[in-house]
Amino acid sequence: MSEIAAPRSSSRARSLKGGGRNRSGQTNFELYSWLFMRLSGLALVILVLGHLFVNLMLGGGITALDFGFVAGKWANPLWQVWDLLMLWLAMLHGSNGLRTIINDYAEKDQTRFWLKALLITAALVIVVLGTLVIFTFDPCLDPNSTLSVCK
Amino acid sequence: MPSKPAGTLYRGREGMWSWVAHRITGVGIFFFLLVHVLDTALVRVSPHAYNEVIGTYKNPVVGLLEVGLVAAILFHAFNGIRLILIDFWAKGPRYQRQLMIGVGVIWVVLFVPFVIRHLTHVFGG
Repeated sequence: MSEIAAPRSSSRARSLKGGGRNRSGQTNFELYSWLFMRLSGLALVILVLGHLFVNLMLGGGITALDFGFVAGKWANPLWQVWDLLMLWLAMLHGSNGLRTIINDYAEKDQTRFWLKALLITAALVIVVLGTLVIFTFDPCLDPNSTLSVCK
Repeated sequence: MPSKPAGTLYRGREGMWSWVAHRITGVGIFFFLLVHVLDTALVRVSPHAYNEVIGTYKNPVVGLLEVGLVAAILFHAFNGIRLILIDFWAKGPRYQRQLMIGVGVIWVVLFVPFVIRHLTHVFGG
């Protein structure tokens, strides 16, 4: 049977280079990560439930969702900031949660490494793509658009 | 016959199962989020491409999956608040049973109106 360092979290923390270290020579990374989950979680309750309420409960709900609906929302800077915050916090919160799960269930160092590499790559692609979409959105992308802002 | 280990406050009780459910719902929501950012990114491709793909969200089968997604999100949100109260509120651990019931009550109060309204949209033509 392979030997598992106990507690596992300390070997993980030990391998983290740089940053402030406490007396036992470990970083406070896991503490900040724990705190971040609670703070971002609280913000996400408001951001995500607000998003669901406006998109699925008000008006025609899911039946009203189309390009024009998105254009109408992102004409308002409030919704741009809302969606940007939601994207960043949800991706950081979710990626950090998955990191915890990988650390818990993937026992081989190599498996952990590749799963985390995959996780970080996917998270980066999604955050960068989503951010670009919010900032470069063009309601008049289609030259024949019938939206009022494009006339 | 080996005797069962003495029960604890955690193992096999509500605390353990809500921890399991928090993980499962969290992973599910995360993977939906990846897909949802990708489908929203189609607004940069063309209005037609976006409308086409968002149209699948209006399909009755996907509409039912959305009910599951919202059920997961509501549980994850309010169970998360319960965790925060247990961690930061001095009396949190003492009222852990009441907090658990509170999560269930808020979940039902928000979920039932959502299901009625959403399924009306999905199946109402």
